[in-house]
Amino acid sequence: MPAEPALLGVRHHGPGSARAVRAELARLRPDIVLIEGPPEADPLVALAGDPAMEPPVALLAHVPGEPAKSAFWPFARFSPEWQAIRHALGAGVPVRFCDLPAAAMFATAGTEEAEDTDDTAPADPIGSLAAAAGYDDPERWWEDMVEHRAGATPFEVIAEAMAAVRDGHAPGPREALREAHMRRAVRRARKDGFERIAVVCGAWHVPALAAPITAKADDATLRGLPKAKVEITWVPWTYGRLATFSGYGAGVTSPGWYDHLFAAPDRPVERWLAGAAGVLREEGLAVSSAHVIESVRLAEGLAVLRGRPLAGLGEVTEAARAVLCEGDDLPVELIQRRMVVGERLGAVPDDTPMVPLQRHLREEQRRLKLKPEALDRDLDLDLRKPLDLGRSVLLHRLRLLGVPWGTARESRGKGTFRESWTLVWRPEFDVELIEASAWGTTVGAAAAAKARDLMTREGVTLADLTETLEACLLADLGEALPYALDALAQRAALDPDVTHLMAAVPATARALRYGDVRGTPAEGLGKVAGSMLARIRAGLSPALTGLDDPAAKEMIGHLDAVHAATGLLPEAERDAWLAALHGVAGRGDLHGRIDGRLTRMLLDAGSFDGEETARRMALATSAGHSPARVASWVEGFLAGGGLLLVHDAQLLRLVDRWLSGLSGTAFVDVLPLLRRTFATFDAPERRAIGERVRNVGRAGAGGRDEAALEIDEELAAGAVATVLAILGRSG
Amino acid sequence: MTDVLRPHAEDLYAEELAVLAKSDDRPRPPGWRLSPWAVTTYILGDGDQITPKYIGPRRVVEVAVATLATDRALLLLGVPGTAKTWLSEHLAAAVSGDSTLLVQGTAGTAEEAVRYGWNYARLLAEGPSREALTPSPVMRAMADGGIARVEELTRMPSDVQDALITVLSEKTLPIPELNDEVQARRGFNVIATANDRDRGVNELSSALRRRFNTVVLPVPATVEEEIDIVSRRVEQLGRSLALPEIPAGLEEIRRVVTVFRELRSGVTEDGRTKVKSPSGTLSTAEAISVLTSGVALAAHFGDGVLRPADVAGGIRGAVVQDPVSDQVVWREYLETVVRERDGWNDFYRACRDAG
Repeated sequence: MPAEPALLGVRHHGPGSARAVRAELARLRPDIVLIEGPPEADPLVALAGDPAMEPPVALLAHVPGEPAKSAFWPFARFSPEWQAIRHALGAGVPVRFCDLPAAAMFATAGTEEAEDTDDTAPADPIGSLAAAAGYDDPERWWEDMVEHRAGATPFEVIAEAMAAVRDGHAPGPREALREAHMRRAVRRARKDGFERIAVVCGAWHVPALAAPITAKADDATLRGLPKAKVEITWVPWTYGRLATFSGYGAGVTSPGWYDHLFAAPDRPVERWLAGAAGVLREEGLAVSSAHVIESVRLAEGLAVLRGRPLAGLGEVTEAARAVLCEGDDLPVELIQRRMVVGERLGAVPDDTPMVPLQRHLREEQRRLKLKPEALDRDLDLDLRKPLDLGRSVLLHRLRLLGVPWGTARESRGKGTFRESWTLVWRPEFDVELIEASAWGTTVGAAAAAKARDLMTREGVTLADLTETLEACLLADLGEALPYALDALAQRAALDPDVTHLMAAVPATARALRYGDVRGTPAEGLGKVAGSMLARIRAGLSPALTGLDDPAAKEMIGHLDAVHAATGLLPEAERDAWLAALHGVAGRGDLHGRIDGRLTRMLLDAGSFDGEETARRMALATSAGHSPARVASWVEGFLAGGGLLLVHDAQLLRLVDRWLSGLSGTAFVDVLPLLRRTFATFDAPERRAIGERVRNVGRAGAGGRDEAALEIDEELAAGAVATVLAILGRSG
Repeated sequence: MTDVLRPHAEDLYAEELAVLAKSDDRPRPPGWRLSPWAVTTYILGDGDQITPKYIGPRRVVEVAVATLATDRALLLLGVPGTAKTWLSEHLAAAVSGDSTLLVQGTAGTAEEAVRYGWNYARLLAEGPSREALTPSPVMRAMADGGIARVEELTRMPSDVQDALITVLSEKTLPIPELNDEVQARRGFNVIATANDRDRGVNELSSALRRRFNTVVLPVPATVEEEIDIVSRRVEQLGRSLALPEIPAGLEEIRRVVTVFRELRSGVTEDGRTKVKSPSGTLSTAEAISVLTSGVALAAHFGDGVLRPADVAGGIRGAVVQDPVSDQVVWREYLETVVRERDGWNDFYRACRDAG
């Protein structure tokens, strides 16, 4: 007759429990270890012994094709379950997971948050017990109440306590299922001939596992358990996720502290505070050893005052605040982030089951020397170097796949060959990768397929298309480009709305330029851009008719964008665009703001000379127009801020001449309208404009203004040639 | 009751201290009148015989007491009106039974206030001797093993502040004129207070700073907590000022505290309306004084019940420190928040009448 199984009730992610489990297993020397967890993971247990496996890691179970249905069982090195696995692997005894199969969980829960629907069981019964005893840190309670109690092993104490807590508790349907399954697993192990069985499970379940319930009753409970196809694997995890996410029911708020408690060989308080001083010194805060000594004394004093045998997290935090941080909360937060939570990212060995996409990404990461890290890291890339270009391409491809490992930052240096990223790897990216693996087996192929899908979707707008096209170019997806151009040409031909076309032009023009910088072949793109512009030019005039204020404002945004984009395109395109603008400008029925803006664009582009602009200005602001139109014309004309007026002498002179040419009454009429525009400028800008106006008058009298504008072309020739060479327009 | 306007903490609460000392059987650090546990109980109250002196997070008091027990100097930081002085007085009273060894920090505080001065008549008559020496409160605390309190430490000139460094690290005060020194006896410690809001103060040197454990006193976390503090203090003050007993209506207290909190934080309690903050600090202490004067008004000039009109003037005075900008803030608050609030009609009218 085999002995009763040893029931080791633990606190999930409790370092005290982990240490006790390790000691107890070494004492019991069981021939099989049963652990609370999904039985589907049984074949994966051996991987936990791999030297390349580095906690925190998690078991990820998911239903293929239904990415919403996934669940995690995270393990840190201070998790009792992890210690039990390592012990069993070291001793060469089998490990089995004995909880309800993940398949059944997904099927019964039916919702995405499989774990959160866990009915009646408290998330952290030991934590509640500790709280009831007046402890804010359950680990302290474990140490004081469980480990320091002589005579009984901790697990007997816990079993006793839980039996008392659970007295009269009727398990909910899910809990009943889980516990029935655990009992069945114990019976099966016994039937398989194992004699010394150890079960590591949440303390809450211990009384239920010890209860005398017949196999028949359990079979009845478990009958008709729904099934689903489930895939399971190991994924790297982070302490940050351990703190917020509750895969095992018990989310821990201070994984870093627990890790420290578990790993520190001795003097945990001294080591912790010395570590905290180190963190503060790294940030340039002056912290001396004397500070550390005093903080240790204060922590111990506090512990005595609070009647605790040893300082806990609460005490060391207070001591760090009062001594190391001198009462300042900011450094306390730093310690909180770096140490109490801690940013540690686990790793899994290469032979862990992975979808091909994950495997390919690992290879790419190795090839490009990009290691996933849990803390933010800034990365500056120089796209002229092949390695950096490769990195950029990989990051862009991952973004297309919905794995935002890197987020683009504002680049520090000027120049199109620079790219700045912030990298931070989050554990859930593995889920995204598994989801994205439907698209292909390599990062490139999957991204291309995803892009193609994005472009052929129903209801995709022209602007979406061009954005995807741009992304394809950045991600070097040459194979997706023909599709993109095709789709773009078709949509452009069919889209009746000129504004859509206009919205699409800037990205296309940028894409053309990227093609140059990155050496991506983008033939055909120029042609598409040209045809889009041709359509815009044709539809421009009707599109500008009958616009109200908001529509006019939006239209001006489009006009500006297209205008800027034509600057990146061949000369002929730009000339044609300016001609089209010329054609519409001055139409009597235009919205004032658009007319003003057009006049200004043409002036800036050199199509209108000063005389012509002055004439148009006088015309647009003359008494025949309603004051509102005049006001919006001026607003459109002067848009772009007061700085332009400060620095553009020609523009300023025009405005100045127009204003001083007005008759007294006309000036009074125009004044409020002008105010409306000038009021949007900043006060320093207005002052600068005023000073310039005074100087214009003076310089004009002396004739020096004209002289200043004269350019000695001979002298400038050398510089001009250099600039042209830089711009790539030499010869 | 004595005719002293404001008795010292150790006199006012002599009974409570005696009760605690009698039942206190835990070990006392050398030179302490009570054990650290009893000191904590004295400050926070036990819900029975011992009244709470400081209402706020328990950890603040625990850290402060543990600091003193580990023989480190204590620096209480906080914006004005967060009970820094109050807490330091009661700590000194409970630990050493004497809260009177006080140095008030001002821009004119001289080194004599921290070290020692001379009785010049004797000095001239007898020459330098211990008898001709006038000890400072710090020196007396060292000699007797008591707690010296330094108020507004950052207001002292830096060179005077630094005179404390030797005292705190060597626990000795040299008297080179007599080739002598005063060595601190067990139980000696320093509690300093400073306010971290004011400008134009003398920052502590890092050498001095690191000899203190710093405890920041927070403003009350919730409205209920602040109402509790205010109503307790208003009642106590009324008693010690011998004002006629007036039920300080909880309703009025709630209103004053709410107004103060909202203006201080710049947003209404329901988190929906943004209001401008005036230039004053609007501390809990000011709320207490507004209500105390309101009680006095009601007692002497009113009908014996605290009415909105009795506190309106006080509130306005506390809020409007800068006659121009704060007046605008106050008006805006009245018109946009107070006027709209249910049941605050009489209060709104009273405030408007007050200007």
